Amino acid sequence: MTMRSEDSVLDHYQAMELAVSALLIDKGYFSAADMEAEIDAMAKRTPDIGAAVVAQAWTDPDFKARLLADGTAACESIGLDMGPTRLMVVESTETVHNVIVCTLCSCFPRMLMGIPPDWYKSVNYRSRVVREPRMVLKEFGTEPSADVEVRVHDNTADMRYLVLPRRPASTDGMSREELAKLVTRDSMIGVKIVEAP
Amino acid sequence: MARFVPGDNVTVRRAFPPGHVRTPYYIRGKSGHIAQVLDSFANPEELAFGRDGLPKRPLYRVRFAQSRVWSDYSGSAGDTIDVELYEHWLESEENT
Amino acid sequence: MANAGRMHHDMGGRDAGPVDRGGHSHPEWEKRVDALMMLLSNSKRRVIGVDELRRGIEELGAENYSKMTYYERWVSSITHNLLEKGIISSDELGRKMAEVEDTARAAGDRG
Repeated sequence: MTMRSEDSVLDHYQAMELAVSALLIDKGYFSAADMEAEIDAMAKRTPDIGAAVVAQAWTDPDFKARLLADGTAACESIGLDMGPTRLMVVESTETVHNVIVCTLCSCFPRMLMGIPPDWYKSVNYRSRVVREPRMVLKEFGTEPSADVEVRVHDNTADMRYLVLPRRPASTDGMSREELAKLVTRDSMIGVKIVEAP
Repeated sequence: MARFVPGDNVTVRRAFPPGHVRTPYYIRGKSGHIAQVLDSFANPEELAFGRDGLPKRPLYRVRFAQSRVWSDYSGSAGDTIDVELYEHWLESEENT
Repeated sequence: MANAGRMHHDMGGRDAGPVDRGGHSHPEWEKRVDALMMLLSNSKRRVIGVDELRRGIEELGAENYSKMTYYERWVSSITHNLLEKGIISSDELGRKMAEVEDTARAAGDRG
């Protein structure tokens, strides 16, 4: 919705943000530099971070065990800033395919993947993936066989979910860095699988 | 202390209060089992109004068979859905 | 009574169409709204909690919720929460909004 008054170059909500931020800076809640630093920090949070975690779990059984037991502690142990995030890592296997959603808003493991894609926040994804997950997965080109358990995780409360996707076959000789390049954001949400190169 | 342990059968309360509630509408009145006891967390229904949300409430991952959540579920019989639910939304299945 | 008690944001299981996987834009002003919320919610400040943000979004009502973009909902909720807490007043907000609009217009005229 745009509420651009005819002679303004800012819309209503942009003006609201600028005014609110300016007032809070005037009142000493934070500084302009704090805001710049926050924007920069968010820009550095990308799915590459999650992909590195996945690749480490694929190549380091001890790390994988710790990651599945306590995602937050395991990520902090490799130097990641998790902020307030309580991370739950769910492993997809031969028998279980995991997919995550937040039907109530748009909860997402932002510390490991940045801001969620628009479709993740959309009415259509949030409405349908809990009720007809296989049809939604199919739209993404993912078709788990009928004997695989599709397990949806509705991110409703305090934990944030990351899917540990299956490592593709025929990647035995690959380095951790090469493996990380195969891991996509969508595979860590669970709407896609990781493809072999 | 958490009242439920993994494996316990539970039913989500059917309640429709106004306010800020983190129990999805579609899961109210449905039965599943405790998959995992998580930590205890401040109650978001109180936090939403600027209060402290104490005492903290135990939070669970509750697993539901999709075929018991949706009468017209079209996927596989073994498909499941996990929802995080606070203890005050759960009842023992035999009590309901 | 099928949907009595169901709030508009609580949409799991509703009928809906295909997922549009296209476009993902995140303009500068949205990054500022995101940063604003992170600054206000972090453990150093604790001015607005995430559940207060969500409540403010839910209280926008179904019609506004569906019309507004994601970050329009965020900035509206943040602002309402700050007004409720008495951290800012409508009067100073109105004056400051006029000021930033004037500044932007002047910059636009120059450009």
